[in-house]
Amino acid sequence: NFKTPPMSLLLATMSWGALYAQLGGVNKHSTSLGKIWLSVLFIFRITILVLAAESVWGDEQSDFTCNTQQPGCKNVCYDHFFPVSHIRMWCLQLIFVSTPALLVAMHVAYRKRGDKKTMLASNGTEKMTDTDLETLRKRRLPITGTLWWTYTCSLFFRLIFEGGFMYALYFVYDGFQMPRLVKCEQWPCPNKVDCFISRPTEKTVFTIFMVSSSAICMVLNVAELFYLIVKAVMRCMARASRRKLWDLEKYTSYFLYIHEQIM
Amino acid sequence: MSWPALYAQLVGANRHSTSLGKTWLSVLFIFRVMVLVVAAESVWGDEQSDFTCNTLQPGCENVCYDQFFPVSHIRLWCLQLVFVSAPTLLVAMYVAYRNHRDKRKAGFLSTKGLDEELETLKKRRLPITGALWWTYACSLVFRLLFEAGFMYALYVVYDGFQMPRLVQCDQWPCPNLVDCFISRPTEKTIFTVFMATASSICMVLNVAELVYLVAKAVNSCFSTKTSDPSKAHSSQDNIHLAASLLSPVADGISSRQHIMYMYTYHC
Repeated sequence: NFKTPPMSLLLATMSWGALYAQLGGVNKHSTSLGKIWLSVLFIFRITILVLAAESVWGDEQSDFTCNTQQPGCKNVCYDHFFPVSHIRMWCLQLIFVSTPALLVAMHVAYRKRGDKKTMLASNGTEKMTDTDLETLRKRRLPITGTLWWTYTCSLFFRLIFEGGFMYALYFVYDGFQMPRLVKCEQWPCPNKVDCFISRPTEKTVFTIFMVSSSAICMVLNVAELFYLIVKAVMRCMARASRRKLWDLEKYTSYFLYIHEQIM
Repeated sequence: MSWPALYAQLVGANRHSTSLGKTWLSVLFIFRVMVLVVAAESVWGDEQSDFTCNTLQPGCENVCYDQFFPVSHIRLWCLQLVFVSAPTLLVAMYVAYRNHRDKRKAGFLSTKGLDEELETLKKRRLPITGALWWTYACSLVFRLLFEAGFMYALYVVYDGFQMPRLVQCDQWPCPNLVDCFISRPTEKTIFTVFMATASSICMVLNVAELVYLVAKAVNSCFSTKTSDPSKAHSSQDNIHLAASLLSPVADGISSRQHIMYMYTYHC
């Protein structure tokens, strides 16, 4: 019987922990919706994946039984019906979905390095106090300008990856439900062979759970995207109206000046 | 395999890399080490227990498995990642040696209250010029060689990147020709292709970084030829830095401020 060795589970947990540490750092520069997204991702998806789903899928091949004595038939039928395991797809999905956030982290680090250089250059021969450096490192950059574009792009990529992996899962497994029985006629199986899947109901429950969490994450991403766009549009309009007001003031004062000169 | 310890080492060395080097490190750890640990290892976990041969002959399965899988993919990838990360440690060792040398120079000419300056010395980011440039370029070349070597070895040992469902085996003690079935061949093919792609991306990044370094060096060569010839060579900078610690400048700037000025000038 193949059971997941505890050592590899420990390593897997540590790896996810390292990813969490990275993303937690990025979190400082996200919007509130982004922070909620991160919590949903880590509590409902990664934790559940590591703790529960791996033990449900652990014996998927060893307890996959076919009604035949033909050696090799079980291997071939298993391979035909499970080209990629659900667990691996979810692991890859979570890795790909977390990656765009690191783009934002790299941009922020690049901005901060630029700011540090300009601050050092402007201060010149004065010594930069440690508190100045700390403030620089700890402040939260507003999401405007190029950071806005980077953040929006990362949201797009997140959406694309989420949607893509969910569609791939639906397509490969013909839906989100796991059947109890599959009929297999691959060589070397003789004629048609009945093969029985291990724990189909439990697998269906977890698949629906992970798909729902994925859908919630997609909704959060779409909401965050709308929020950012609306904020940017409002900022644009405020700037335009301020400029109009400034122009109005300028012309009014010019007109008053001319009026004074004439009178 | 202690991946966290390796990560800690590489992140320390990362401070002295170019931006491409930092991207390379992220790709390496997210798409290769992490995928290897969380996904690939469980796919290959049952490769021998579920390797089935159509025979009752004892020992035949063992012998056939051994013939078709001399080295498992997982072990090859682990070795590849270890070898590919090793040249970066060369750079880290060189940087440590430089810092030690500069510290000794500064300490040799030391005056009281120099601890802060020593900290600055330890924390500054060395520009990639002179001997450091050669060390860094060598490490890139070695990285490329190791990546390509291991990818080629995988390709040669397994006759391509695809895993077949069935292999036919006629090693002793198997009787005549025996069909043996591999466990999870499709999943293994998917992961092999994924790791090969990630490896190629890393190679492209390394080549780009090498081209960038060479271009920068050629550029700085031309610009120093045309500009002020009294501009200090980088290995001389440290002597200037150390010398400045010895004699405060006469026009009233304190030695501390002078050191900060030299620091910002050189970085």
